[in-house]
Amino acid sequence: MSTATNGRGSMEASAGGTQQSMDSALLPSAKPVQLVDPEGCHTHDDRYPLPDGELLLSAYGHLVAGRRINDQANALVRQGRLAVYPSSHGQEACQVAAAVVLAGEDWLFPTYRDTVAVITRGIDPLQVFSLLRGDWHGGYDPHEHRVAPQATPLATQLLHAVGVGHAAKLRGESTVVLAMCGDGATSEGDFHEAMNFAAVFHVPVVFLIQNNEFAISVPLDHQTVAPSLAHKAIGYGMPGERVDGNDLAALLAVLGAAVDRARDGGGPSLIEAHTYRMHAHTNADDATRYRSADDVERWVPRDPILRMRTYLRGLTLLTDEGEHALSDAADSIAATIRGGLNTEAEVDPAQLFEYVYAEKTSQLREQAEQLREELARDAEAESAGAGDQAEGELR
Amino acid sequence: MTQTTEAPPAGSPHRSRPVPVKAASTFAQALNAALADAMEADPTVLMFGEDVGVLGGVFRITDGLTARFGEERCFDTPLAEAGIVGMAVGMAMNGMRPVVEMQFDAFAYPAFEQVVSHVAKMRNRTRGAVHLPIVIRIPYAGGIGGVEHHCDSSEAYYAHTPGLTVLAPATVRDAYFLLREAIASPDPVVFLEPKKLYWSREDVDLAELRRTFEDGQAPRRIGRAVVARAGTDATLISYGPSVPTALAAAAAAAEEGRSIEVIDLRSIVPFDDETVCESVRRTGRAVVVAEAPGFASVASEIVARVQERCFHSLAAPVLRVTGFDIPYPSPKLEHFYLPSVDRILDAVDDLQWED
Repeated sequence: MSTATNGRGSMEASAGGTQQSMDSALLPSAKPVQLVDPEGCHTHDDRYPLPDGELLLSAYGHLVAGRRINDQANALVRQGRLAVYPSSHGQEACQVAAAVVLAGEDWLFPTYRDTVAVITRGIDPLQVFSLLRGDWHGGYDPHEHRVAPQATPLATQLLHAVGVGHAAKLRGESTVVLAMCGDGATSEGDFHEAMNFAAVFHVPVVFLIQNNEFAISVPLDHQTVAPSLAHKAIGYGMPGERVDGNDLAALLAVLGAAVDRARDGGGPSLIEAHTYRMHAHTNADDATRYRSADDVERWVPRDPILRMRTYLRGLTLLTDEGEHALSDAADSIAATIRGGLNTEAEVDPAQLFEYVYAEKTSQLREQAEQLREELARDAEAESAGAGDQAEGELR
Repeated sequence: MTQTTEAPPAGSPHRSRPVPVKAASTFAQALNAALADAMEADPTVLMFGEDVGVLGGVFRITDGLTARFGEERCFDTPLAEAGIVGMAVGMAMNGMRPVVEMQFDAFAYPAFEQVVSHVAKMRNRTRGAVHLPIVIRIPYAGGIGGVEHHCDSSEAYYAHTPGLTVLAPATVRDAYFLLREAIASPDPVVFLEPKKLYWSREDVDLAELRRTFEDGQAPRRIGRAVVARAGTDATLISYGPSVPTALAAAAAAAEEGRSIEVIDLRSIVPFDDETVCESVRRTGRAVVVAEAPGFASVASEIVARVQERCFHSLAAPVLRVTGFDIPYPSPKLEHFYLPSVDRILDAVDDLQWED
């Protein structure tokens, strides 16, 4: 078979020596890559150097903001300002790293839980919350910051990511696509098809699985009995890697290396980040039915913010003054979100018919007219009613 | 790849194999020419799917495209329909105009989630910021003696999903023009190709059709039904594989002294209420003919629309001649299932004639 669209390396295999060594090169490390441990100390990994202090400090700022965004969004659900919020509390390091490792030309494919990643990528938080507030299904222009709409069906967006990457590759662009999903999504058929397509077409895509242990209530051991989710990569002929999903430094290093490799023509890879969903699936979920408070408590000391703070303070990269500044910046984002969502958004019912086809069909024109007439009648009745009431009050 | 000595070298901008000009072209040749001409005219048009490359598709609709345009423009994928359609979504998001083949109607079902949740909705989800100019080609419907899963009429699934354009050509000329329109459309199109018409012939010059389309002279067909045969006594409303059967029934009725009009919808979504209702108001009687099971079908929708809009012009209830409400039958039984000339004539007879 000729391989104009398939640059995959049978040559790499032979150059790499035995089949055995090629296979091991694709296998994830025995333990998840960790560069800063829960105590905030640097742990060495021969393959992944620690990202430099400036990068860590700026990413840490996003981490602090991300936690504040999660807290604020949860509060807004309780106040009835958001319809629902799938929190990424505890997973903020994955969120931040996924956005930070990408260049401007790259694309990010987030899921419904990846609001913090989308905001970290630079999209106006109020536009992002349009989905969860209920104004419209998506609130931002995907092309503006190269962020796909947040996907609710599981794993379907991974294939779109492959398509974006393949189109970029055919045009000779150096775009890399980072596609996110959770552990539950790895059971879906589209997950398999996306991995396989990416590998067969040698597409510059980095798949990031945030393994947070639960698909709503179903634990990981009901999704898979594979040694790890990253092990699935070898079946597709791409490298897999496991990383401590609460270690910002390790995530930046591992994802950064995968992005670099993809950009250099090295093809796709699969990264499994081991993390934990500290809150329920959404505010509608009762997590106490399927896990104990003790289970959750065990993850508290592994918090991504705590350890990075300790590490950066230990190096004196983070000072009291710096912490105040980051905290103020996070407060300011939260205040913007709060302020924006406390103002009732105008939703125009005429828009219902605007974005179905490029040009409204005659049926949609009729239905738009029907709704317009109904609303006009309602408005007329209301103003007549208000007139009657005013008259009554005068009498 | 075979190449004659006359052919210009690969990669030459002038390298274009002339479309075979014959007195009679087949439906399949028209589709092949439409694909080739669209790919020639627009470098962002890509064709991919299962077996569409070297083999040229199981029905040869993509024959020669890989040889002519290269493996980056017409390529085989792994065997995975959700993957094919899902990848098309991403490619369309990133500036391409993918045309994908589903090989057979029932093989498209694994891609259904991609079609319904993403292909149809992307424009709406993003308030028009992202649109998906994707064509999903589906060789569809029966009458070819195919075994199970090869003969489904799946149009109602797609027609029920807002955001999709659903087309079903019935003539060689429409096959060419509708496919070119579909590829040029800013919206996703489910393009249903009646398998039993692939080998039907028409006296058309494909090169002439190309010139007509590219000069902008071809009248728009998406959303426009056409009167395939004029008549005054009753209207048969049909599309895709059932159109030739409806025309045959109209010809038979003419011998019995009834003048039957036949409407070929061509475009199921958008639906051309105007042409259909104008005809029914004039004739006062209508029968909808379609292969799919009748319950909750496109035929049902047409009946409802006609009764709502033409009630006062109707001399009889609008009837349907459709497939039975059963899974598509095996080859030896399919002739009992498919709308036949006799069944259509029986329905016409039931239209409460005064004579």
